[in-house]
Amino acid sequence: MVGEKVVDSITRWRVTMVVILLRVLALFATTAATVVMALNKEKHIFAVATIGNAPVKIEITAKFQHIPANVMFVIANGVATLHSLFMLSMLCFVRDKYDFKGLRFLTVAALDMVTIAVVSGAATAVAFMGEVARNGNSHARWNKVCDNFERYCDQGSGAMLASYIGIFFLMLVNMLNIFEHGRLINLSKNPLAA
Amino acid sequence: MNKTQWIPIVCLRVIAMVSTFVATLLMVTSHDSAKVLGMTFQAKYNNSPTLKYFVVVSIITTVYSLGALFVPPRKLGRHVLVIDLIIMSFLISSFSAAVGIGQLGKEGNSHAGWIPICGQVPKFCHHVTASLIAGFVAVIIYFLLVLYSLNNVLNLVAFKA
Repeated sequence: MVGEKVVDSITRWRVTMVVILLRVLALFATTAATVVMALNKEKHIFAVATIGNAPVKIEITAKFQHIPANVMFVIANGVATLHSLFMLSMLCFVRDKYDFKGLRFLTVAALDMVTIAVVSGAATAVAFMGEVARNGNSHARWNKVCDNFERYCDQGSGAMLASYIGIFFLMLVNMLNIFEHGRLINLSKNPLAA
Repeated sequence: MNKTQWIPIVCLRVIAMVSTFVATLLMVTSHDSAKVLGMTFQAKYNNSPTLKYFVVVSIITTVYSLGALFVPPRKLGRHVLVIDLIIMSFLISSFSAAVGIGQLGKEGNSHAGWIPICGQVPKFCHHVTASLIAGFVAVIIYFLLVLYSLNNVLNLVAFKA
């Protein structure tokens, strides 16, 4: 009986370590996405007309708030960062109470799914807004913006990529929880069935 | 899995399948044309990659929902749940992007110099709005379906031991 109990606790420890590692990676990715998008700002000077010999220059600033999808992106990734922080603190500090039964586990899995849904919505919205900004839309007479604001567009793309990496890690955590839950429930109820 | 657990899942899946089918139909049949300053200005869902992505994801969800009705729930319940999670993520992302582009078409973006187009092609805008409403219903129903499947799968696994 002692052998099976040791196998049980080693398996639980391994699964918990992998989950902690994946959550830390997701935390880094979503934090990077939030910060990079929130600091997205670029100025560009356009020469609009010429009065006599002197050209009239206008300075236009592109901030991230100008596109509503970017605002949603920053908020959604902020929420995902807080969610990852909260789950990590729950895993690290109250590990004895984090068992796999009942309503506690269901809440964690459901909250993970909600975070994945919200962040994936925000990231794809930014992706398609960026596509319109980069290529324009000739049918709607919307001009492209990225040829004048290269750095703004590239920084937005980088933030979006970080967010997709965060979504990937969060999905891995969720799938791991769903699949390992069965095995660990079976192990803890019936230690002989390994 | 007894009947009380299985019947609500089937009902939710059927409703989600019907909503995504309706969303696809409404989006594909949306078109309008307007004459502005002598030029004909035609609006179809093809003109925007976002709306094309929305149509593709809706079709995939419809076909997948139809297929997932015939999967044995006891053996493959967890695999269906994981694929459901991926498909739900796609569905929510396509809906969110389409709503973003819709807001751009309705109100424009003065900072980027993009003028709103809904004033010139109102019939197209209304059709797209109706399609997005159907898509929203599909998103809500699919989310409830995933949560309910999660609850069932965990109960199923707990009772097996």
